[in-house]
Amino acid sequence: MLVRFFFLLRDAGVPATIPEFLTLLEALRAGLSGADPEEFYFLARACLVKDERHYDRFDRAFAQHFNGMSDALAIAARALPADWLEKLAEKNLSDEEKARIRALGDWDELMQALRARLAEQQGRHQGGNKWIGTAGTSPFGAYGYNPEGVRIGQDASRNRSAVKVWDRREFANLDDDVELGTRNMKLALRRLRRFARRGAATELALADTIDATARAGGWLDIKMVPERHNIVKVLLLLDVGGSMDDHVRVSAELFSAARSEFKHLEQYYFHNFPYERLWRDNRRRYDEHVATNEILRTYGADYKLIIVGDATMSPYEITAPGGSVEHWNAESGETWLRRMLRAYPRSVWINPQPATVWARTRSIELTRELLEGRMYPLTLSGLDEAIAALS
Amino acid sequence: MAEEFRGSARYVATPDLKSAVNAAMVLSRPLLIKGEPGTGKTLLAAEIAATLSKPLFEWHIKSTTKAQQGLYEYDAVSRLRDSQLGDARVKDIRNYIVKGGLWEAFDCDVQPVLLIDEIDKADIEFPNDLLRELDRMEFFVYETRETVRAKHRPVIVITSNNEKELPDAFLRRCFFHYIRFPDEETMTRIVDVHFPGLKRDLLREALAAFFKLRETPGLKKRPSTSELLDWIKLLVAEDIEPAALRGDDARTLVPPLYGALLKNEQDLHLVEQLVFLHRRNAR
Repeated sequence: MLVRFFFLLRDAGVPATIPEFLTLLEALRAGLSGADPEEFYFLARACLVKDERHYDRFDRAFAQHFNGMSDALAIAARALPADWLEKLAEKNLSDEEKARIRALGDWDELMQALRARLAEQQGRHQGGNKWIGTAGTSPFGAYGYNPEGVRIGQDASRNRSAVKVWDRREFANLDDDVELGTRNMKLALRRLRRFARRGAATELALADTIDATARAGGWLDIKMVPERHNIVKVLLLLDVGGSMDDHVRVSAELFSAARSEFKHLEQYYFHNFPYERLWRDNRRRYDEHVATNEILRTYGADYKLIIVGDATMSPYEITAPGGSVEHWNAESGETWLRRMLRAYPRSVWINPQPATVWARTRSIELTRELLEGRMYPLTLSGLDEAIAALS
Repeated sequence: MAEEFRGSARYVATPDLKSAVNAAMVLSRPLLIKGEPGTGKTLLAAEIAATLSKPLFEWHIKSTTKAQQGLYEYDAVSRLRDSQLGDARVKDIRNYIVKGGLWEAFDCDVQPVLLIDEIDKADIEFPNDLLRELDRMEFFVYETRETVRAKHRPVIVITSNNEKELPDAFLRRCFFHYIRFPDEETMTRIVDVHFPGLKRDLLREALAAFFKLRETPGLKKRPSTSELLDWIKLLVAEDIEPAALRGDDARTLVPPLYGALLKNEQDLHLVEQLVFLHRRNAR
């Protein structure tokens, strides 16, 4: 049965491998999990998942597989004799709890009802207030919130929130398709770094020195190498104002992350779409412009171009001369973007709008076509793809 | 099971953490620990060693650390110097082999605990260079042509801050556990362990203020467990009244001594601005 679970995990996108699966089996044989499902869950997770971003996928697959198992148990339970039920209830209830239940109604009546419900129930049930199942408010079943409920199969002393751990899905926000914080961005951007030795020789090259000394018959011959530097150069263009207001925070985070990761980072702003002029300081955008042509001349083709913008506007702002909402542009935004893409062969457009709405906005589609598909959402996986496209 | 890790008087281990530690010990596989800064990743190894009375070996990784340094280093420079001075030691290469953390742990007469701290700081190739050593618990010393084998397979705890992705081949060989930020209940236990005599109401108010501060949107570095403990230490030392921590009153929206909780200028600034806005709205 675990083989099915293993494949279910892989289908769910958890990259578990055969040796890891064998490790889990080995651990089970060593008696590590006992009979406690929660213990088994922790063990399986430690063996099979090696990245907290996959915890949520694991939880979902686990729930899908093993909650199915409890259905089978429920079906088996329908045939249970009455005294067994009673014993079960008695075993799991303290005297105080029993007294509380009696206060609710007749004990026998309750037992009758419990058996009747077991017989009636079809399939897995969660939530609701009548059936036996998990997480409901019915007086029956484990993990319920009804203080007068009958808790079956749960350690009464356990002072914890009574939802199955894997049903809680606490790691949902570690999955990598969600939006990211500064730290995550730094990690993603860091992959763009390329180190090379360049400049003055300042570090002792020990291996070289020993080698040269040995060759010189034992007389010291010191060799030096230059320090390693990050040689990636980035030209960052950020959209400001208008429809970008909703995305200011993420864009600012992206910017502050990028700032600390690269030595050569040149950043300029534009509004809606880059035309013949850009600016460096957003507070003085109306009086300090830099001609786009000048930027194209200043920064060589070894710069990587990253444009951040939602590309959400009227299509005329891209295609038509004079389409800009702010000033008269003699040449269309399309012409300018093409010019930039020609100057910088390595370029991407990062869009803070969720990828699901792209197809609905004409201007986003236009921009994407101009970039030959190199538009990526501002999520961790999107940023990863963007970095891959750049390097 | 002969030995089992159950947390200790000084360290609160959640059931999932205990389960991961015990599995790693029984199957003698390395345990990789990740989690927010300040959630006790590095402390874990020391606690395992202390509670199970095993010797602890620590190997702290820096960006320049090479895998080889954990095994041994051949001190070529001193040998060179000795040779130029005509020292007799120079004849035996063993005099210049310096043992690393891993070798020390392999040599230990009882089963030791080995901490490899912040493995993500090192070069991307670093974990790959240790695969065979961690798998077989042995390595070869080229200079003396001998193989060093572990007398007892050490309990290996590896911590990572997630600054780099670790290679799959390496991950496959480890057990993995992510230390989640503790919920309020666990946090109460952690504080209890550190400050046994703390007044209940002070603790309740402090935790409430702490979790509220953590929820503040836009913080660059959210305060962690270790910062909370520092802060409580200060609160106790200054004898702050529990009522002063309650956030209902606009003037006390910022908890006292909050410098212990917020560690960078922008965050301090942000919280102060929020307080300002709050006061203006309250008027």
